[in-house]
Parts: sequence; structure tokens; C-alpha cells
Amino acid sequence: MKPVAFVEGIVAPLERADVDTDQIIPKQFLKRIERTGYGDFLFHDWRRRPDGTLDPQFVLNRAEYAGARILLAGRNFGCGSSREHAAWALADHGFGAVVAPSLADIFRENCFQTGIVPVELPEREVESLVGRARQRPGYRVLVDVAAGTIAGDDGFLARFELDPFRRRRLLEGLDDVGLTLQHDREIAAFEARRRAELEGP
Amino acid sequence: MSGRTLLDKLWDAHVVRVGDGEPDLLYIDLHLIHEVTSAQAFEGLRLAGRQVRRPDLTVATVDHSIPTADRALPIADDLARRQVEALRSNARAFGIELHDIESSGQGIVHVIGPELGYTQPGMTIVCGDSHTSTHGAFGSLAFGIGTSQVEHVFATQCLPLEKPRSMNVRVVGDLPFGVTAKDLILGIIGQIGVEGGRGHVIEYSGESVRGLSMEGRMTVCNMSIEAGARAGMIAPDETTFDYVRGRPHAPEGEAFERRVRAWSELPSDAGATFDRTVDVDASALEPFVTWGTNPGMVAPITGAVPELPGEDRPQERDAAQRAMEYMGLEPGTAIEDLEVDRVFLGSCTNARLEDLRAAAEVVAGRRVHPRVRAMVVPGSARVKRDAEDEGLDRIFRDAGFDWREAGCSMCIAMNPDVLGEEERCASTSNRNFEGRQGKGGRTHLVSPAMAAAAAVAGHFVDVRHWGTG
Ligand code: SF4
Repeated sequence: MKPVAFVEGIVAPLERADVDTDQIIPKQFLKRIERTGYGDFLFHDWRRRPDGTLDPQFVLNRAEYAGARILLAGRNFGCGSSREHAAWALADHGFGAVVAPSLADIFRENCFQTGIVPVELPEREVESLVGRARQRPGYRVLVDVAAGTIAGDDGFLARFELDPFRRRRLLEGLDDVGLTLQHDREIAAFEARRRAELEGP
Repeated sequence: MSGRTLLDKLWDAHVVRVGDGEPDLLYIDLHLIHEVTSAQAFEGLRLAGRQVRRPDLTVATVDHSIPTADRALPIADDLARRQVEALRSNARAFGIELHDIESSGQGIVHVIGPELGYTQPGMTIVCGDSHTSTHGAFGSLAFGIGTSQVEHVFATQCLPLEKPRSMNVRVVGDLPFGVTAKDLILGIIGQIGVEGGRGHVIEYSGESVRGLSMEGRMTVCNMSIEAGARAGMIAPDETTFDYVRGRPHAPEGEAFERRVRAWSELPSDAGATFDRTVDVDASALEPFVTWGTNPGMVAPITGAVPELPGEDRPQERDAAQRAMEYMGLEPGTAIEDLEVDRVFLGSCTNARLEDLRAAAEVVAGRRVHPRVRAMVVPGSARVKRDAEDEGLDRIFRDAGFDWREAGCSMCIAMNPDVLGEEERCASTSNRNFEGRQGKGGRTHLVSPAMAAAAAVAGHFVDVRHWGTG
């Protein structure tokens, strides 16, 4: 994974709560066996009209949010299916951070794995950001992973929590599997202990 | 020291390494995989030149994108075929047991794990699938993971994890006549909400829970993810042990009895404290029908589509409005007045033998309403066989149901079993999200008996009046 220290860019507000991963990436696009190429299908059923053309009303299709890097969402974003494709599709589309009052557990984990910064902020602060993004098209913020802050060029500033281990992983782009493999001896010892336990005296 | 919860015990028994400022490293006893979320993990493994550490603790099946019609035909959908073929070649290359499409052990991953005895109490179980929570019914810690974590488990048989918080859902009182495990879990989600369990592992306790069969317990734990929980579980007891005993992959003889003694130590201690406790009154529950586009939007069969929340709650009002628009509903419409076009009896929530029996009992001697297209998709090849041995297939077929091969089918509609635009469906599955069963399709989640009754009546009905539950 590539290190992520900052995410800077336009904010796109998706004002819906309980957005499930079936909406983020509908199942008809899960049949690929690659990790890439999902960006075009992000929010497919909302982004496209029944005839396949883009719905100009949908937030991601609006000119003022073109190239957005930060997605603002409602609470419980990413609930439902565990498909990591949801995080891949967001990343593939260009998003580097998702900001919401709350993110579903598995989705949050998948964000870390994909190198998307999951930012949970109090509802009030999210609403304040939504207001800014709507009033000032092209509104930009800077998500600073090391500092745990999100700042706008208009003085908006909020702090978010990241546990130190996750923060370090994002900042250094560490290979999770590689880290665990360093504990190979302990894993082997655990396996031996467990075998003895299962086989009994 | 106060007592420990089931979660504490399972956690402590699997910690390979205490994190100390980092997440703990947790050992995984059983890794289940299917065709949709594994290909990229195998690919990652190859790119890094790594192996599957414990292929003997890894079990594969095909379920999500396979057809449930004639299995003798090749898979018509190119991408689905590629996916199934990728799993085949990966399983072969890495030495993983695969219950392939024509094998007698094939089925939905969460149905075959328990049925073949892979799933046992006291285990940690993962799968790249959110409904892995099903296996918690055995008193194991079972949860869904993303594909990167699948790769992690392949390579290390471990996962670095923060311990989730514990939540005790105490079900008090008796379940009334005709109210099933499905209604219980829909009632719980209706009460605590789709985000109610976030960050927690739910333990379901209370006499009504103890009284459920293993099938019923699996239905309850299965939908824990729909309450936002990391996992759901029920302490193991005699019911659990009796279910596991004699299954193909369960220990035998003295070894089994020794395991039972260990498993008997697992239930939460009397003095154990939970981070949260919620009481649910079982005696107040009724058969439920979801009306909206998430599983928390439920109404009793005797009720109606609710009024919109007030202007003072704009987000909820907006969500309800959007859901009603999608579902083609008005506030105040009686649930019984909703006419259905399709009925789907299937999925890892409700397609085990007991579920099919409950539905068959309602259907026996009756006919599916002429407007309705109804199908039964058994959860596994074995469920299908057992049902046929009992003659359930005849009952369904005589009534006009389509009797299919095992798979996920219209629960996720990745195969040709798809709901049409604006078609209304009574479904025994677990998700009523927009487009889940087909773009524009309208899903109402119900129990097997309620689905069967809707198929016959052509609209939702209170199955309790049919002299059966
Ligand atoms: S039956 Fe449905 S919920 Fe269960 S594993 Fe298959 S797709 Fe997922």
C-alpha cells in the first residue's frame, strides 16, 4: 500500500444515511477478478438513469464536484455486505477520504486496507461541512493524517480520532501481512499449543 | 475479578500475541471462502510470493454467482464462469478443499459450514462475507472480513484486531404462537436500529433464545450484521452439542466428549458484565414484514406502513420518504393489503431444512396465487436431498413453486434469478436494500411461513390465522 499523509481536494456531499455497499457498488459489478476498474460503477444505480445515461442531478455528476477527493456521507455509511469492492470503487474514482458521523465496521476496516482515510466526525461538524460544500461549489479541505485534522481554506477545523497503530500504517504504507509474518514464531508456538490442547492428554 | 463473557473467553483463547498499543493478533480456526471475494486475495498472495499457511483450515464452496437451474449446462454468464474457474484453479494450486458445483457438499457457505461439521463451538471463524455472523449460533466468534483480510488470513492464519465491545441482547418472555426466529431478529433490529450494534459483538440470551433450534439460532445470528454488529453469538449448550455430534467433520467418540467438556465452559459467567445490555420483550412480538429499504424498517403484519417522521427529524423523514418512493408505498397502507408478484424462499438466513418444512406445512394442499411466481432455493445440496427424501419438493411443486438447485440465488441476484423493475417480492432473505434482488425490485423480508402464505394468498397475510406458524 502507498503511504497516505494528506488528502487534499474538493468535497462532495452525499446527504444520505445508512448507505449500504450494495449502493456503493451494485453486485452486477462484483464478478471481476481484479482489484481495479470499479470506479465507473461507483453508485451506479444512482449515477445512471435507466437508459444508462448519467443523471445530471446526482452529486458526483455535477460539474462543481468533478474530481472530488473527499466524500461527505450520512451516518452508518458502508453498512451491509463486506465487499471490499466498495472501497476499491471509491479509490478508483479518486476518493482518498470518507467523512461521516459514523462508518460501518467492516467498511471502515476495508478503507484502511485500501488506503482511504476513514474520518468520523460529530454530526454537527459533518453538517457544517455539508453546508460549506453546498454554498461554495469547489470547496476544498485538507485531511492531515498525522495531525488528525480536517481543515478548510475558510477556517473550518475539526479533529478526528485514529488509533496510533492505524495512523502509523497509513503514514508509512506498511504491509500488514508482512508485519504479522514477523511474528511467525509466536504463531507456530500457538499452533503447537492448540494442537496439544485439542488432542488432549 | 468479575466473571468473563463468552466473547472474553473466545478472545483470550485465540490471542497469539498481545498487541500492547497495537491490535491483538488473533488466531483463526476456520476460514471459509467463496468465488466472489477470494480471487483478488489469491492474486495478492501470488504477487507477494506467499503461500496459504493452513489450507487444512480453509474450506471453499461456490454459491453466489452460480445458476440454480440446470447444473448440467455450462454457466452462461462469462464473468461468473471466470470467477468460478478462478476459484477452482486457486483451490487446486493452494491445496484447498472445494465443494464444487456438482459435489454433494455444495451450498451456501454459511449453510454448509455447520451442516458438514466444520463449524464448532469455541472457534474463531472468518469469511469474506458479512453473514459469517451466522456461525456465532454455535458459540463461536464468527465475522465477515474484506478481501485484503482474506489475503492476510491466507498468509498468516491470523488477523490483527481490536477487541470489539460486548452487548447482551436479553430476550425476556416467551415467543408467542406463530412467531419465529426470523420475526425475533426482525423485531430486535426494529428496536435497536440498523446501527444499533455497531462496534459490538451481540450475545443473545434468555429462555426464548435457549428454546430455539440450531436452525433458529442461525437465523438470529445471521442477521446480526443487519443490526450493524460485528458478530452475533449464542452460548453453546446441549442443543448445540447434539447438532454437531456425528457431523462429517466433527470430532468423534472420546475426542468429541472431551471437546464438549471444554465447550461447556464457554457460556458467560454469572457475574460477567457487558458494555451494553438491551432487553427485548419476546411476548410483544408478532410476525414481521419489512416495508422499507433497510432491515430496520419493519412493521407487524397487523400494522401498516408508518406515517412519516416529523419535520423536526429531517434525516429520518427524508430516508423514510425515499424508501417509500422506491418501494411504491404510501404511509398508512395496511401491510396485509400489499400484493406480491414474486416469492423467494431461500438464502443463508432461511433455507435450511426446518425453514422448508415450515413453509411446506403452510403450502400443503394449497395453490400459489395465479399472479405470483414463487421459487424455493434450498440452502445446500444436502438440504435439497433431505427435503426431497421427505417429499417436500412434491408439496412445493404441486402448489406451483419452482424447485431449484442450491445457491444464493435471488438473495443477491448475481445469477439469472433476478427481480424485475417494480416487482414486489416476499423474501426470506436478509437484505431489502435498493436493487439487492434486481434493479428497481421491491423486497419485503419475512419468515418462511409468512412467505409461503403470501405466495398462496397473493398478498401478505397473518399466517397465525392459518392454524400454523
Ligand atoms: S445467501 Fe445471500 S446473504 Fe447469504 S451468503 Fe449468499 S448472498 Fe450472502
